[in-house]
Amino acid sequence: MTQSIVVQVGQCGNQIGCRFWDLALREHASVNKKGIFDEALCSFFRNVDTRAEAGGADAQRGKICSLKARAVLIDMEEGVVNEILQGPLRDLFDSKQLITDVSGSGNNWAVGHKLYGGQYREHIVENLRRTAEQCDCLQCFFVIHSMGGGTGSGLGTFVLNVLEEEFPEVYRFVTSVYPSAEDDVITSPYNSVLAMKELTEHADCVLPIENQALVDIVNKINQMANTGKLGNVKSNSLLTSNKGGIKENEKPFDAMNNIVANLLLNLTSSARFEGSLNMDLNEISMNLVPFPQLHYLTSSLTPLYTLADVNVPTRRLDQMFSDAFSKDHQLIRADPKHSLYLACALMVRGNVQISDLRRNIERLKPFLQFVSWNQEGWKTGLCSVPPVGHSHSLLALANNTCVKPTFIELRDRFSKLYRKKAHLHHYMQVDGMEQHCFTEAISSLSSLIEEYSQLDASKGIHVSYPPRLNII
Amino acid sequence: MSVVTVQLGQCGNQVGYEFFDILCSDLHSKPGHSTKRENDYYQTVCKEQFFHEEECGDLVTRAVLVDMEPKVVSKTLSMAGRSGKWKYDISSQFSQKQGCGNNWANGYCVHGPKHQDIVMDLVRKQVEKCDRLGGFFTIMSMAGGTGSGMGTFLTRCLRDAYPDSLLLNQVIWPYGTGEVIVQNYNSILTLSHLYRSSDALLVHENDIIHKVCSQLMNIKQISFRDVNKVIAHQLGSIFQPVYTSEEALHYCRNPLGELMECLVPHPEYKMLGLRNIPQMSEHSLAYSTFNWNGLLKHLRQMLIANAKMEEGINWHVRPPSQPTAEKTSLRKELQFNTSVANLAILRGKDVQTASLEGFRDPPLYTPWLSPDDAFTLWKTPRAFNKYEKSATLVSNSQFLLKPLDNIVGKAWNMFASKAYVHQYTKFGIDEEEFLETFTTLEQIIASYTNL
Repeated sequence: MTQSIVVQVGQCGNQIGCRFWDLALREHASVNKKGIFDEALCSFFRNVDTRAEAGGADAQRGKICSLKARAVLIDMEEGVVNEILQGPLRDLFDSKQLITDVSGSGNNWAVGHKLYGGQYREHIVENLRRTAEQCDCLQCFFVIHSMGGGTGSGLGTFVLNVLEEEFPEVYRFVTSVYPSAEDDVITSPYNSVLAMKELTEHADCVLPIENQALVDIVNKINQMANTGKLGNVKSNSLLTSNKGGIKENEKPFDAMNNIVANLLLNLTSSARFEGSLNMDLNEISMNLVPFPQLHYLTSSLTPLYTLADVNVPTRRLDQMFSDAFSKDHQLIRADPKHSLYLACALMVRGNVQISDLRRNIERLKPFLQFVSWNQEGWKTGLCSVPPVGHSHSLLALANNTCVKPTFIELRDRFSKLYRKKAHLHHYMQVDGMEQHCFTEAISSLSSLIEEYSQLDASKGIHVSYPPRLNII
Repeated sequence: MSVVTVQLGQCGNQVGYEFFDILCSDLHSKPGHSTKRENDYYQTVCKEQFFHEEECGDLVTRAVLVDMEPKVVSKTLSMAGRSGKWKYDISSQFSQKQGCGNNWANGYCVHGPKHQDIVMDLVRKQVEKCDRLGGFFTIMSMAGGTGSGMGTFLTRCLRDAYPDSLLLNQVIWPYGTGEVIVQNYNSILTLSHLYRSSDALLVHENDIIHKVCSQLMNIKQISFRDVNKVIAHQLGSIFQPVYTSEEALHYCRNPLGELMECLVPHPEYKMLGLRNIPQMSEHSLAYSTFNWNGLLKHLRQMLIANAKMEEGINWHVRPPSQPTAEKTSLRKELQFNTSVANLAILRGKDVQTASLEGFRDPPLYTPWLSPDDAFTLWKTPRAFNKYEKSATLVSNSQFLLKPLDNIVGKAWNMFASKAYVHQYTKFGIDEEEFLETFTTLEQIIASYTNL
């Protein structure tokens, strides 16, 4: 089996990462009752022999000694990382996995990307290399960061470039948290657009997440859970819940971050656990990315919670599929149903069979628009191990033109600032930052938007293809 | 003679497991109306074909398991170990850590050449255990990366290493509404390359098997295991021992060879399809009786109307009365399915009473092969897999034209839009290669259309 490394950058990246590791442990603990270090655990964890004579060498199979996360934690201030090191997950990391500074990036992409990038490059490469050498078959890097600030956005995309240079064969999946429109970081449109160019050029897949969409989902769950309309909800099944993890008392952003953590767990479940239709990570970009730059995948997770009642009727199973396409379950604010699908993947976990999948695809297909050359653009996976607290779950990944409004909004907000040259001088002060960085970034975004627009324009129009080859 | 089976990828390994499992459970099932001597002989021949016996009497498959990721192979090995009836040779497996990612090019151009020596070595070891080698049976899907890409590459290697042995590729045709988005690309690449090196392709369509599960077997929540069991049953109904001639009353000793001899008279036509009858849940089976005339009447109509299972057969389709110029239009109208060759295999009680004259009708076949050459009958009184009577028809006919035309059409549109092509060029399959593939397939379509 293969291994993956999580690279968490900046405040947001580290907070999400922290939730990811907690929930990953919870998931493996519920599957792996014997405490044996198995192949599934090996994909995100190392088993380290901490006894003095072993000197921290990897213990191979057998009993779990001490688990270490396959992770690199990067932040240019110390707050969040220190908190992790003092918290209940501290044993997962050792100091060699951390890269921190004290002064922060001041919400400035250029500081993160150019200044700290140059300064910490060696350190970062060395750290990544060491972590990679601990894998016997490294398949994927998961970069987690936010787009609005300075460190996540700037240094995060710098790390992405480093990964491409140093490990060209290893997949790069990026989880990017996009700022809300009413974001309190005034320069967030600059940072996001500058980062977008890097994501478009250097990532294999980007999973855009919008803060506002997470807030909406959290509210929805809270509302349902608090009104008591649900009857008995299994408390560990809420998509937002810490329950059963090491860290049970929740902090303000935990609920939102847990959603993203669950996204990553479901995305990798089929690579870690067995199933009747496996879906490895390398199949995601193969199936969902028809053109190299169009690699932004919208995601949705269902169900949001599971009732304690164990008799799950088929109707509820079908509801899980329907919900995955509704706009209030998407992790960005977008409406895939009314936009154009280029491709769609359904990653199912738990007690679901191929006939359930077929039935639901047939049922939903008439309501969805697919691009003319990919009318049957479905990729499916069945993993037999459900998430904690659920009997079944679904992660839908879509390459859909519905990401366009988010990108257009970002461009508009960028232009509003840029027209007045507001705050530009903060960026220009940084060595290596030039005016053309801005113009190139915005034109890269515009051409991406244009590509989506062209596809959108083909919607509903009969496309004529060149005639097939004729045999004489 | 013995056959070495090669199971490739997730699908190939899952189907392969069910295949051996059915062979074994059939071996131990009630012999029906055959004599003890006949039954002993049946068992001996079956064992010789697909298994070798360890000294303790355990049956070990003559199989090589190949996958590019470890989960499926290890699960398959352990399931077989638990069956108690048979097992795999655990040294006869090869898996890696990272799959081919649904990319045919990755399987064919990268993993295939890289692991060729090891896998061919495993094959050789199995071959050395055979007193007489009849050929190779590879099981793979067309949709994914390992089965399709690596499977195609290994088929080529087998052809080079064993030029005189027969190669039959069992190919699982993906669901029409995708399992894998690039399945049409993977499929056309597989088919066009297999056409060069394989002796025959035996095709199973997931959509059809799925329908069999829901409509005939009456399964409510259909799993891949259910689907694979039906495929395995159909395969078993061909490969279990059967008398190949009236007089000699001896079991077919060279299953692949005789199969090809009957069904593949011309290298341009090597797509084989399979229909069998009856097929039902065990529960209904207990309450059903069959007579050969009824079964064969259905089977014949399934053949000429191109119905792939025993339900929804169009009874209005008739063979064209005169083989004239208007034949083609008439056929189109009534969807008459013209055959190159057919092989019927009957198993069970009173098999000698069955009459198959209806299958020897000249209009069923092409003008260039006489019905006597085009139709073959094999039979045995030994019942198969709990069915008192059962009939299987393997046919080389126009049955796959429509799904084939569909796949090529969809792949062509995708190719014209240049979608996903970069994923293949990355591993060395360029646009030129795609065009060649399209040419090969259009040629196959044209050949079968003009029968």
